Amino acid sequence: MGRAPQDTPGGFWTYAFLAVTALFAAFPLYWMFVIATSTDEATAQLPPVVIPGDQFLVNLDEVFSMQDVYFAASLVNSVIVATVVTASVLFFCSLAGFAFAKLRFKGSRALLLFVILTLTVPNQLGVVALYIVMGELGWNGTLLAVIVPGMVTAFGVFYMRQFIVNAVPDELVESARIDGASTMRVYWNIVLPAVRPALAVLGLLTFVATWNDFQWPLITLNGTDYPTSMVAISDLASGNYVIYRRVLAGAFVATVPLLIMLVIGGRQIVRGIMEGAVKS
Amino acid sequence: MSATRAAPEPTTRRPPPARSRRMTWHDRLHRFDVRVVPYLLIAPFFLLFFVFGLFPMIFNGVVALRHWRLDDPELTGWAGFENFGRLFSDGDFGNALYNTFGIFLLSTVPQLLLALVIASMLNRRLRAQTWWRVSVLLPYITPITASTLVFNVFFSRDLGMANWALGLIGIGTENPIDWRADKLHSWIAIATMVNWKWIGYNALLYLAAMQSIPRDVYEASALDGAGPWRQLWRITVPMIRPVVIFTVVLSTIGGLQLFTEPMLFDLNAQTARGGAGGEWQTVAQLIYKVGWKDLNLGYAAAMSWALFLIILAVAALNTYLTNRLSGGRK
Repeated sequence: MGRAPQDTPGGFWTYAFLAVTALFAAFPLYWMFVIATSTDEATAQLPPVVIPGDQFLVNLDEVFSMQDVYFAASLVNSVIVATVVTASVLFFCSLAGFAFAKLRFKGSRALLLFVILTLTVPNQLGVVALYIVMGELGWNGTLLAVIVPGMVTAFGVFYMRQFIVNAVPDELVESARIDGASTMRVYWNIVLPAVRPALAVLGLLTFVATWNDFQWPLITLNGTDYPTSMVAISDLASGNYVIYRRVLAGAFVATVPLLIMLVIGGRQIVRGIMEGAVKS
Repeated sequence: MSATRAAPEPTTRRPPPARSRRMTWHDRLHRFDVRVVPYLLIAPFFLLFFVFGLFPMIFNGVVALRHWRLDDPELTGWAGFENFGRLFSDGDFGNALYNTFGIFLLSTVPQLLLALVIASMLNRRLRAQTWWRVSVLLPYITPITASTLVFNVFFSRDLGMANWALGLIGIGTENPIDWRADKLHSWIAIATMVNWKWIGYNALLYLAAMQSIPRDVYEASALDGAGPWRQLWRITVPMIRPVVIFTVVLSTIGGLQLFTEPMLFDLNAQTARGGAGGEWQTVAQLIYKVGWKDLNLGYAAAMSWALFLIILAVAALNTYLTNRLSGGRK
């Protein structure tokens, strides 16, 4: 009896409970696929159909050939936005994280504290003014309005800093400095190779968050022909009569890249979320 | 460690710089590298934060004090506290605030409790451990726009799976529940979506904290005859209190800004009404409607400032309550 939960092997009920949980977690995704592959008749009957149909390509074709929603272009936009934002976050956050972790400069502690404090500011609440700022810049309705504000994040800076503190030994940096390596050279040759795991985690989390973002793209890209795919999905679901097999075929396509990421990088994503929690 | 591989190629060692008064080009470069480069490395964050984070937040306050209509650019004078004053008599705002809190309560409490239970299950020694952890993250990576539309089908009145399942246990067989007809049912539907999305994520946060609890604490309590359930509430929860508070604050901030689910739960997504009679219109949604459908940015800015203050107050209150409740003693 004297065992900690960590050492207690899971019994039948533990597995049963977790299996039900996993089923609940997966069910909406599965059902999205069922409807995306079915006809209107198949989805309009009770008890509901639970087996995917064979209409996926038909439904997909309808989504991609719609007159007023350019779904393919919106997917391309999502790829552009998420890729550029992710690359930029990785670059700028690792640079800043390196500076905060390993370089000595006046005010670095206060500045780091400031970065951490900004984590608590809900940026979203400035959307009205942000929209006006973007209007002054002439960026509303363009992808710049979605990309630029996300190019470096406080979370990323803090996350990279924590990782670099432990992953890069001070002696290594110092000896490189003595050998005459410049700051950027230390970053490129010592820091970057050492932080690859952290870059993978931050990259996955950033890509997922950027891809899924809805409110700001809706505000700034609304009414343009080529929004991101999340806005395009909401366009598909607007109108007096929504054809769900079509909408969900589109939604499913926009979810696939993230499912692939979860399959490939699931372990990293889990680790990233758990590490973030312990440190905060 | 890949340290050896990562070490830079030895550059030609030069003798220590001669102590001359004139700085060489090389010295200047070195000074620049040590004194200025660190600031350049952190500059992008501060630059972007000031331009697209802090400035808009403050400027939002200015906009809130002005007339600012997208359809009437001439009307740009100061409004003073007119916009704020209007909030107090605005039935729509009161209604949105009421809905926001209702949905917030229905989603946060079950979400965190279930996350706690799931985390304690995941904390046991399991086969295929990683697989279970990854599976609870499926909702986290699913776009809310996509999952909300699936739930729309799920909660449809006549052909929805929710009503069909309820019918099996004898609920609503005569009159199927219309999930969009009244506040309580629409709140439940939306809260279900929020819960679904965030339970796994929070479970992982709790799991991370649970794993750092020393084992002997449990061994001692087991000797006193505490079962797993008692251990969870008396030991685990108090010991992961910082993370519990963290999740409470996070879900408060997130819950009070709820936007995507109520937007798309509407059968005509872009009206931003939140139901025919605003049954589930949240504050974030109302801000969108006032700003970009009614084109009154000044008033929308006032609303978002008010919401910001409310979030601060509720987050502080929740932190205080959680701290006391999970502390075990008063």
